[in-house]
Amino acid sequence: MALSDKDRIFTNLYGLQDWRLPAAQKRGNWDGTGGILAKGRDWIIEEMKSSGLRGRGGAGFPTGMKWSFMPKQASERPHYLVVNADESEPGTCKDRDIIRHDPHTLIEGCLIAGFAMGAHAGYIYVRGEYYNESRVLDAAIDEAYAAGLLGKNAAGSGWDFDLYVHRGAGAYICGEETALIESLEGKKGMPRLKPPFPAAVGLYGCPTTVNNVETIAVVPTILRRGAAWFAGFGRPKNSGTKIFCIQGHVNKPCNVEEEMSIPMRELIERHAGGVRGGWDNLMCVIPGGSSTPLLPKHICDDVLMDFDALREHKSGLGTAGVIVMDKSTDIVRAIARLSRFYKHESCGQCTPCREGMGWVSRMMDRMVQGRAEVEEIDVLEDVTRRIEGHTICALADGGVWPVQGLIRHYRPVMEERIAAYKAAHAAPVLPMAAE
Amino acid sequence: MSFAQPTHFAFDESSEAEIAKILAKYPEAKKASGVIPLLYVVQRQMGRGTGSAWVPKVAMDVIAERLGMAPIRVYEVATFYFMFNMKPIGRHHLQLCGTTPCMLRGSDDVMRACHDAAHVHVGQTSEDGLFTLTEVECLGACVNAPVLQVDDDYFEDLDYDRTVALIEALKRGEKPTPGSSIGRQTSAPEGGPLTLIDVGGE
Repeated sequence: MALSDKDRIFTNLYGLQDWRLPAAQKRGNWDGTGGILAKGRDWIIEEMKSSGLRGRGGAGFPTGMKWSFMPKQASERPHYLVVNADESEPGTCKDRDIIRHDPHTLIEGCLIAGFAMGAHAGYIYVRGEYYNESRVLDAAIDEAYAAGLLGKNAAGSGWDFDLYVHRGAGAYICGEETALIESLEGKKGMPRLKPPFPAAVGLYGCPTTVNNVETIAVVPTILRRGAAWFAGFGRPKNSGTKIFCIQGHVNKPCNVEEEMSIPMRELIERHAGGVRGGWDNLMCVIPGGSSTPLLPKHICDDVLMDFDALREHKSGLGTAGVIVMDKSTDIVRAIARLSRFYKHESCGQCTPCREGMGWVSRMMDRMVQGRAEVEEIDVLEDVTRRIEGHTICALADGGVWPVQGLIRHYRPVMEERIAAYKAAHAAPVLPMAAE
Repeated sequence: MSFAQPTHFAFDESSEAEIAKILAKYPEAKKASGVIPLLYVVQRQMGRGTGSAWVPKVAMDVIAERLGMAPIRVYEVATFYFMFNMKPIGRHHLQLCGTTPCMLRGSDDVMRACHDAAHVHVGQTSEDGLFTLTEVECLGACVNAPVLQVDDDYFEDLDYDRTVALIEALKRGEKPTPGSSIGRQTSAPEGGPLTLIDVGGE
């Protein structure tokens, strides 16, 4: 059963309608927002918990629980909501559509989330390259202020809430929440050690919660239609609807909002026109953005697209960027290009990442040529295990997982490549003068 | 490449108006938050004034003074983030995504088109000063791959021929329409949306 349009949250995902406030209100945005806030902070957080919403930025942490970590009592330190719109995980382009086509879902969500965590101010950190998108968001925020939906007594709720857009400047690492906070404070985007967690010490040393764009933007609809409605989609603990970005070797790449736990094959065939050359031409799929290990076809045949099902196969839902590769793909090169990405994006703070991402990338470049020894595949695998889990943030983990996935599923391809290189570069047999 | 660093920089009127709006976003004691936005203001003003959008050193000193920061703090931010050009660039900045999702859809061909039509290689500026070419990491428009960012705009669903046509149009001083080069409705599947057909609203 595919999701029907009446159950889609992002009804203007493709920008078929106007993004501006009057059109957004006709689509149901800002309907009774003041009334939602009147139900109180505890009600909102409980409702979010029972909706089962898990963060849409990659880690999948339960949203209601995250909000509940913010201090209950106000102190002299203000609380902040920070929205992570630094969408940079290769394969991911969903938040872009929310910002440029459905900005009021996000802005309304910010007011509700801000209220629920006791914040009177919020910052939306948009990746620098999304210049045109950030201008739409700026204009939508201006409209919301002019209509009394932001600012003093926002939406007639009695709660004051200010919202600002802050642009990044091209650094993947700023998608890591503490690096994002550092960047927002005007510093290099280098992650902080946790604890303390942002809910205790975040932006400007104050209690802060950082949430992904999609996470915040689904909040108003969940609260209007009820936690049970949202929890009715997907398998238990994997609830809701989700924007998937289907790309690579499919006939019709697209973004689409679908039900969680939809079978991968159905997702690709129903919405993206199927794999180029047919399902049997599939080699593998990276299911959730570049950091999630690839899955070969035999797993793709019946795997479900949710957090737990993909984790069972040592991969993950991540940001739901579904990168499809057919049999024409040079899979070693495809993964080596990701290694180059992580080398480029390492902030340089932790030695295993700063040195390791470069080492892995150079090694992977040799593997693309086959200019290596078979034993070096084991060395490569071993080094990735020594990098993983030994850094402040998860960038290095995300950098080595694709390589581990490659070795796990395509080691024979790597070995063949090495054998072919050796055969092509075998030392010529020279006639010996003394014979 | 050698180039001259200007000895003087002052914000113009339109930049000052921009800065007033920017600094209103942050608490007075936390105005260092304005460093990235002010670097953008500098880069845009340079683009307006000289046709080359970059950040000279003297302008970073002006930012440091304005925000009450040590100049080194501004330099380290400017060099940490990839979007600030630390040396002069061409009139148009061609930023080609080469990360795996674009690679799978033919970014190699787009790269070749940039070489052939703009006569420029990665990291270089063309002799006529029109184009600087940079290979960038994922631009976040993967379902419209391959993607080439020209200045502020994304050009999507490209191939060799359409990239050449785009660059030729830029050479003629035209302003090509950004977005999908095959007429797709943003991120909807080619041929038209299969969902969101039955929604309320307008």
